[in-house]
Amino acid sequence: MSKTKYSAFKVLKEALTGHKGWEPTWRDAEPKADGYDVVIVGGGGHGLATAYYLAKNHGITNIAVLEKGWIGSGNVGRNTTIIRSNYLLPGNEPFYELSMQLWENLEQDLNYNAMVSQRGIMNLIHSDAQRDAFIRRGNAMLFADAGCEFIEAKEVKERYPFLDMDNPRFPIKAALAQPRGGTVRHDAVAWGYARGASDLGVDIIQNCEVTGFNIENGKCLGVKTNKGDIKAGRVGVCVAGSSGRVMAKAGIKLPIESHVLQAFVTEGLKPVMDNVITFGAGHFYCSQSDKGGLVFGGDIDGYNTYAQRGNLPVVEDVCSGGMAIMPSIGRARLLRMWGGIMDMSMDGSPFIDNTEVEELFFNGGWCYGGFKATPASGYCYAHLLATSHSHEVASAYKLDRFRRGAIIDEKGVGAQPNLH
Amino acid sequence: MIINHPLLGPRDSEEFVYLGSTDLINRPTNWEEEASAEDFYQYQYIRENIAGDHQELWYHEQGDQSWLVVTRNTLTHEIKKVELAQDVSRAMGRGK
Repeated sequence: MSKTKYSAFKVLKEALTGHKGWEPTWRDAEPKADGYDVVIVGGGGHGLATAYYLAKNHGITNIAVLEKGWIGSGNVGRNTTIIRSNYLLPGNEPFYELSMQLWENLEQDLNYNAMVSQRGIMNLIHSDAQRDAFIRRGNAMLFADAGCEFIEAKEVKERYPFLDMDNPRFPIKAALAQPRGGTVRHDAVAWGYARGASDLGVDIIQNCEVTGFNIENGKCLGVKTNKGDIKAGRVGVCVAGSSGRVMAKAGIKLPIESHVLQAFVTEGLKPVMDNVITFGAGHFYCSQSDKGGLVFGGDIDGYNTYAQRGNLPVVEDVCSGGMAIMPSIGRARLLRMWGGIMDMSMDGSPFIDNTEVEELFFNGGWCYGGFKATPASGYCYAHLLATSHSHEVASAYKLDRFRRGAIIDEKGVGAQPNLH
Repeated sequence: MIINHPLLGPRDSEEFVYLGSTDLINRPTNWEEEASAEDFYQYQYIRENIAGDHQELWYHEQGDQSWLVVTRNTLTHEIKKVELAQDVSRAMGRGK
């Protein structure tokens, strides 16, 4: 088990002694024959964070995290790394603000460099109506202590001279910024949580695919996997992107469709953008990685799919969004593009809830906002798995909210998942 | 993706608007009954979300404005069959 404390002193010591003292970051495990108190299905950011907070906050350490591939091989490795808590609705904003606060202390908490960079996020405003809507959103953020800054066009232009302020169709009128937003090294989030959980005694089991659930009399007793049956006191499914396929094995249908979201990175460029900028009239968000590549994305492709690749019309749409606010991006060459599968829910908001099967819990429906939610998702899911009660800030994320009419629809487009 | 329109031949999927599963054709008709709330909940919000061959509704907005039922594999994007939605709907026993 790795208990190595990372520090500048440790780096210096290893540098002088031939780097012979480093140990594996976390412990690779095989399933225990007598089972676990909690089995978490899905070794992504959310699953590993859940295991970490279960062990740290609730003292439950007899836990297995099952991952069908390698940890962090799903959406935590395929996103645009943006963190923010600039939501409007009461069901969402306190949750994402908790997540932001956890991000702010993540590296000290985990003793792991996740490169949390609070470089700020700036949402551009292109019309008077949008200005009103964003002022309302800003006020909602202030109520939740998330903080915000309203920036007039003159200052936007001074700070970011490459923006096309006078675009004939979408002129930039102002911007709403959240200075605490930013980016995080996404893979390091999975590795950091894995290390933290592993140090507290959690078994991380890779190449272990769940093929079914052992359910008797409406109660889940464990999971079936390619490494044999694993007994569990409680099972927490946490596999956004594959939620439909996994929950179908328990006979549960969800208010979720699976869609593909594409993301892009350009060749490395000199520093041009020191924050995250989003287009307000279309869907385009961009930041510059520490290697210099512009990392950007836009809308989902819009049709049901489980294939981790998209089609060209959306590539064109995303790039034209980029061209509308920063024409200079047209000179950059695209280095890579990739796709990830999103759990698109019916109102654009996620689920952290129990299910109709006793001792079987569900976390999913993150649409394309799951990365920023990683710490709070793990924190609140751990709270639910340990206490059987929803955490206060995640209490709106119930699976039955559509039946009750208690939807959390930030965008106001209704039960049309490809529009959220 | 190229959708082979039954009347117009092969067309780029960019010309179409996607709605979702063909289950959306079967809107509950028992709206006057008390029990219909549950039926409408299932119809509106719950999805099969199939991994494999998926029957889905595409609207040819930038073409002849017909609704099509496309059978497409959601794991490979391979399109296996394209029909006019009105034919599928009639075959289901609905009026149009």
